[in-house]
Amino acid sequence: MSELSVDHLLGIKYLNPQDIQLIFETADHFKEVINRPIKKVPSLRDITIANLFFENSTRTKLSFELAEKRLSADVINFSSAQSSVKKGETLIDTVNNILSMKVDMVVMRHPNPGAGIFLSKHVKASIVNAGDGAHEHPTQALLDSYSIRERLGDVHGKKVVIVGDILHSRVALSNIFALKLQGAEVMVCGPKTLIPKYIGELGVKVETNLRAALNWCDVANMLRVQNERMDINYFPSTREYTQQFGVDKALLDSLNKEIVIMHPGPINRGVEITSDVADSKQAIILDQVQNGVAIRMAVIYLLASKIKQ
Amino acid sequence: MSQKVLLNAKEVNIILHRLACQLIEKHNDFSNTVLIGLQPRGVFLADRIAKILKDDYKVQNVQLGYLDITFFRDDFRRGEKPLSANSTKIDFLVEDKNIVFIDDVLYTGRSIRAALTAIQSFGRPNEIELLTLIDRRFSRHLPIQPDYRGRQVDVINNEKVKVHWKEYENEDAVYLIEK
Repeated sequence: MSELSVDHLLGIKYLNPQDIQLIFETADHFKEVINRPIKKVPSLRDITIANLFFENSTRTKLSFELAEKRLSADVINFSSAQSSVKKGETLIDTVNNILSMKVDMVVMRHPNPGAGIFLSKHVKASIVNAGDGAHEHPTQALLDSYSIRERLGDVHGKKVVIVGDILHSRVALSNIFALKLQGAEVMVCGPKTLIPKYIGELGVKVETNLRAALNWCDVANMLRVQNERMDINYFPSTREYTQQFGVDKALLDSLNKEIVIMHPGPINRGVEITSDVADSKQAIILDQVQNGVAIRMAVIYLLASKIKQ
Repeated sequence: MSQKVLLNAKEVNIILHRLACQLIEKHNDFSNTVLIGLQPRGVFLADRIAKILKDDYKVQNVQLGYLDITFFRDDFRRGEKPLSANSTKIDFLVEDKNIVFIDDVLYTGRSIRAALTAIQSFGRPNEIELLTLIDRRFSRHLPIQPDYRGRQVDVINNEKVKVHWKEYENEDAVYLIEK
């Protein structure tokens, strides 16, 4: 099989294991490409991609833009802070205006869950979801799994714990779907107030004791506390959160095995992980960033190959 | 679907040795020369030529790499089938090197055009030559000709040339297949 089963990447929920395998194999080739002296291929020179960011982003936006440019696509950027959205234009109108400039693909981050799905039903372009509210962030989950595969050889059978603010995290949901699809065991760990009530129905274990969770796992994916999405206090103080759910070097060294530490960024150093953990050999945080470009190149390349001429 | 033998195992063997000798005549000890097999099927021929150079003619410095041209092809989104990539493996610098591209069949020349672009990502070679086992005459879309050719054949458009290798297809042979 050399074609994705979907025309858009709206969420991991819509992919099958073969799709993930194909994306990883394609990313392997692009990882080799981005380590060449000239890190560019001409495949997408007749494709135009619009990056629409209705919510702030540094890493994801740069990563997508770099991936698009390495594939030789033409790129236009848009962020809602400087746009007519502020003047009251609807999402469909904004996007259709952009598409009338002959754009083939839209990469969109939006604060509303389901914005990508909505758009895919109303406009003629391939849609890549770069994060929709607290729903999904599929390319992040793909690059996380890809980084686990790179470090541990395979995702199948591995034990992965996702620690922190599960409630507000699109990274957590996409990771759960992606890891389960590949046959990994998944646990979530965090304050009870930040774990969704019915999360067990997704087939994940729930643990509120961090040490127990870390002793169980092969990989710990440490999430950021998303203060910007919290309208009420979910825990007494940041200090108390850190005491119970922060990972420091002493805790890491006291475990019965050497685990892999991941973080989707941006890191709040000293809150969810300390600096010496973030910069330790067990952390693959910067590998995740490098793999992000290769994964996004693979996703864009595979979706673009399905766009009819 | 009918097929006809263009070259049998003995003829393939003679041609491979002749091509190896032609390479030695031009490149001497290969101190500044690298062989690049083009994925997917050019690498089988490249492996074989490199082995003959090393084992039969005792050339010590044979450097061999594989180049995948998928992302440099000019038919992305134009064909029926999606393109799938193979691995590129070039563990040496190509800057100022003499490169010999190796492919099994030269047909339209478009793969070679893509390879010429792709190799630039690895530096600026001194010169590039082309070695092919089979040269399909009168079928070129681009002004590209081989420097070393095994056999030139006249093939009409609904026919296909297929090269078999004993490592992969249990025999060395070249077939002409009518589609």
